[in-house]
Amino acid sequence: MKSTAQAGASLTIWRVLLLSQWREQPVRLSVTVLAIALGVALGAAVDLINSVALGEFNVAAKRLVGEPDIVVRGPREGFAEELFVTLARDPSVKLASPVLELEVALPGRRDTLKVLGLDTFRAAALQPALIGDMAGGVLDLLKPDGIFLSSSAAQQLKLKRGDRLPIIVGDAPKSLHVVGILSEAAYGQDLGVMDIASAQWVFEKIGRVNRIDLRLNSGVNVDSFRTALGQRLPSGILAVAPQVERDRTVTATRAYRVNLNMLALVALLTGAFLVFSTQSLSVLRRRGSLGLLRALGVTRGQLQFALIGEGAAFGLVGSLAGIVLGLVCATAVVQWDAGDLGNAQLHTAGSALHSARAILRTAPWSLLVFLAIGTSVATLGAWLPARNAARQPPARSLKGGDADYTVVAARSWRIGIALLAAGAVLATLPALGGLPVFGYAAIAALLFGAVLLVPVLWVKTLKFAPRTGFAVADTAIAQLRENVGLSTLSLASVIVSFSLMVAMAIMVYSFRASFEHWLGKLLPADMQMREPLGNDTAYWSPADQARLAAVPGVSRIDFRRTRQILLDAAHPPVTLIARNSTAAQVADALPLLRHLSSPLPADTQPAWISEALQDLYGYQLGDTLALPLGGRTRRFTIAGIWRDYARAFGAIVITRTAYLEATGDSNANEGAVWLNGRTTAAAAAAALRGSFTRPDSLDILTSTALRERSLGLFDRAFAITYALEAVAVLIGLLGVSLAASSTALARRAEFGMLRHIGMLRRQVIGMVASEGAVMSLFGVVYGLILGGMLSLVLVYVVNRQSFNWSIDLALPGWQLALLAQTLIAAAAVTAFWSGRTATGQDAVRAVREDW
Amino acid sequence: MASTPLDRKVMEAESAVVRLENLSKRFRHDRPPIFEGLKLELRRGEYLAVMGESGVGKSTLLNLLAGLDRPDSGRIWLEGIDLSLMDDDAITLLRRRSVGFVFQAFHVLPYLTVEQNVALPLELLRVAEPERTQRTAHMLEAVGISSLARRLPRELSGGELQRIAIARALVHRPRLVLADEPTGNLDPRSAAQTLALLRTQVKANAGAGILITHSRAAADTADRILVLDGQGLKPLVSAP
Repeated sequence: MKSTAQAGASLTIWRVLLLSQWREQPVRLSVTVLAIALGVALGAAVDLINSVALGEFNVAAKRLVGEPDIVVRGPREGFAEELFVTLARDPSVKLASPVLELEVALPGRRDTLKVLGLDTFRAAALQPALIGDMAGGVLDLLKPDGIFLSSSAAQQLKLKRGDRLPIIVGDAPKSLHVVGILSEAAYGQDLGVMDIASAQWVFEKIGRVNRIDLRLNSGVNVDSFRTALGQRLPSGILAVAPQVERDRTVTATRAYRVNLNMLALVALLTGAFLVFSTQSLSVLRRRGSLGLLRALGVTRGQLQFALIGEGAAFGLVGSLAGIVLGLVCATAVVQWDAGDLGNAQLHTAGSALHSARAILRTAPWSLLVFLAIGTSVATLGAWLPARNAARQPPARSLKGGDADYTVVAARSWRIGIALLAAGAVLATLPALGGLPVFGYAAIAALLFGAVLLVPVLWVKTLKFAPRTGFAVADTAIAQLRENVGLSTLSLASVIVSFSLMVAMAIMVYSFRASFEHWLGKLLPADMQMREPLGNDTAYWSPADQARLAAVPGVSRIDFRRTRQILLDAAHPPVTLIARNSTAAQVADALPLLRHLSSPLPADTQPAWISEALQDLYGYQLGDTLALPLGGRTRRFTIAGIWRDYARAFGAIVITRTAYLEATGDSNANEGAVWLNGRTTAAAAAAALRGSFTRPDSLDILTSTALRERSLGLFDRAFAITYALEAVAVLIGLLGVSLAASSTALARRAEFGMLRHIGMLRRQVIGMVASEGAVMSLFGVVYGLILGGMLSLVLVYVVNRQSFNWSIDLALPGWQLALLAQTLIAAAAVTAFWSGRTATGQDAVRAVREDW
Repeated sequence: MASTPLDRKVMEAESAVVRLENLSKRFRHDRPPIFEGLKLELRRGEYLAVMGESGVGKSTLLNLLAGLDRPDSGRIWLEGIDLSLMDDDAITLLRRRSVGFVFQAFHVLPYLTVEQNVALPLELLRVAEPERTQRTAHMLEAVGISSLARRLPRELSGGELQRIAIARALVHRPRLVLADEPTGNLDPRSAAQTLALLRTQVKANAGAGILITHSRAAADTADRILVLDGQGLKPLVSAP
């Protein structure tokens, strides 16, 4: 009974405090709630968009892989179908279904179309969703050139049933007959489905498949069978668990998604800091009233409950608004912008069908999680000020003063140093599950450690400020020096948002500079020509290559053969690039980071691997690399490690001589073109196309244009990063503005007294603006140093562990200077405006208010 | 040479520290004026107490005298200067030079030391060192808080805080000291000490002072006592 009464009293105090604060400071509270809402909205929107895309990919991966027990996967060019016969006869195998899975080149398009060649009758049991959707059209699929398109592919290619789909096979144009369209429900991404015999015929892969799906008899231990099968399969053919196949996209994009979510959380964290700052200032402002409540009999616990409850209320309201806003944003992005958030692997093909309700169904729990996170961080932000206020003896609260914060500040530096040390240690730890978990922990530790050092460094800095004899300047400095707690609260908002902004700016600038340098190294020729990236069907025969090389105006063409090979069942395929003819030429053309210092023995073939291959597979310089080529395992020695920003899952470069020797494949699908200087790029491109049997399908770009296009794609990928960062900074600036106005309002009586004794209004405003400028100058310098430290973690730890490629540190001097100037100006303007508002009230009323 | 009525008025105004003429003030147009046709003259060395019930406009009168508020009608001369002819900056500069304030709530800056608080008016007036330090030290000595010079206000008692306020109000030797209920927050002993100190220092600086108070005992420390009511300022008539 007594406890019920106590709880009732606590709720009453909470309600009274909350309502009175709302009445007194509606704008300030609205801004705080808005900051939380923005943080939650960003997090929820990013998560929803990624969930929709991942949901589509999951469904697509499930439909593609179907329901086998084991997937036997070989090189993309295929292997002899006798293996299928062998496996089908295995007594443990109930059903074997051969598949030819190819990325098909389409004339005039840079992307490819995934085509599955299936034995429809066998696949019916393993891919029921796909085959079932064809219903009566299965027989049409048996037509020699018949293909079913997914609804998304049909929309993309603007085709309908009965139309012809042009494709490229080898160096010749061909076409397929669209015999049906799969429903959106059957398959959400771009896909074509053919009968396997037709596919083998059309794609010139007669007698070859590149995948076999197996269903085992009941009672057979799937794992044991898979392990045993893996040991007896020929080189380059792997037995893979279906789950690994299904999860490939999820795994491949995980680092990108996690990084994006982290960025969104930065905005939320800044919002939480804003709650902390607002509540701390609000507690300071109301310390007299809070002391009075304690004097009237409100217990310490009731007061703490009420003040934490205020933060929770802001968090709950802000989070509710945030998830609604996030849902609206996610729906808009998915419906109008394909919703890939800068990562092409995560685009949502069936975007038009994603209503807000459908998106909501995709990830209802994630919205609840964001609601909980938003409310929790706001509650957490209110906790420390509430604790301090409740612990303050009532008599002290009634008297006022900032002494307790000074004591806290004096103690905080030890924890700050400890956190900085912890951050330094965490930054040296390796990735956890492929994610830079410790890297993020290091950033958090460094950030909080540095914030805790602010009070002591701020006091030490102000000690150097000399007395000028000018009342305005001296009073401003004295105010800052004495009110360390208030100053630190305002400074911390600036430092947190600005240092994160600096760190992001340095990281993105470094990445862009490294990317540009990498492009310059990789694109020394005048022009680049290629068949669609990643395609399995189009290539240039030796005759084509000779014809292209003989085009007038062309000095020489370095042809390359690029293919996908599977090294490990758990990883996506890696790209094999056979280029130039001699090892010295290859090594010279690559952006090498490390290489063997001594030459290789004559009987050893060199291979140069990208950093991703080194990180994902653990290869080192000098190691032997076994590559499945031409149905056999060929051994190469890793002669160098190079930087590659194009292929996140790894790339291997070998000489064309070694490739030809291993595979007998003299075709090429990419080339670097040097002009003789007597012709223009446009004329040369026209001549190259003119010499070719299918001029439309040749993708030719000058290296300059390719560089611009690549940089454009880079900027697009980082656009969302900038957007998220901008929101975090906006929230940070809101924090600065709120702190300034709140502090200025709390000092109205002081300003009134100064006006009484003859300080001009503009002098009072100048004093407040000077305080703002001095504080923001400190914040900017501190933020630059801290941001620099954080950028090292981002560049050398988070980036490296997330994407498996290195970048060189570069400082965007002008960009940082502009950011710094903007922030100082914003802080000074905010302080000026706050001072103006606070002195706008007449001095007489101001001094009559108790302070 | 004969003087015109206007010349005489200017001369009279010049010899008075403060002169009010037909002063009227109202806060809302739908309410009667707080006072109307108010007249007052305060000469150099004179220390005046103004009493009256709450809400009759005592503090408003003080604010009008200091140029912190504007009358609806009538004129105010401070040191012979007509405030109605001056803009806000000019009045502020005049106030900086010629007026000292003592408030009921002390209003000392919590982040300045005692001596810095007292020296503030001198800094605003750009009084150079070492004169500034010398005058500050002298004033601290005069109000009996020299030993507290380096302390912060939060370490001091109410009586000590009011001494700082008095020192700050007088350190620049203003012509007029305005004290609004300066003993309202003090115990009787501190109040008595403060009133004595205020009178002594006003007289020592050869200025004039106006003390606003509810307390008859406080008012008795002044040279003369006026009562403000709806009919204006009138000398106090003591009960027989």
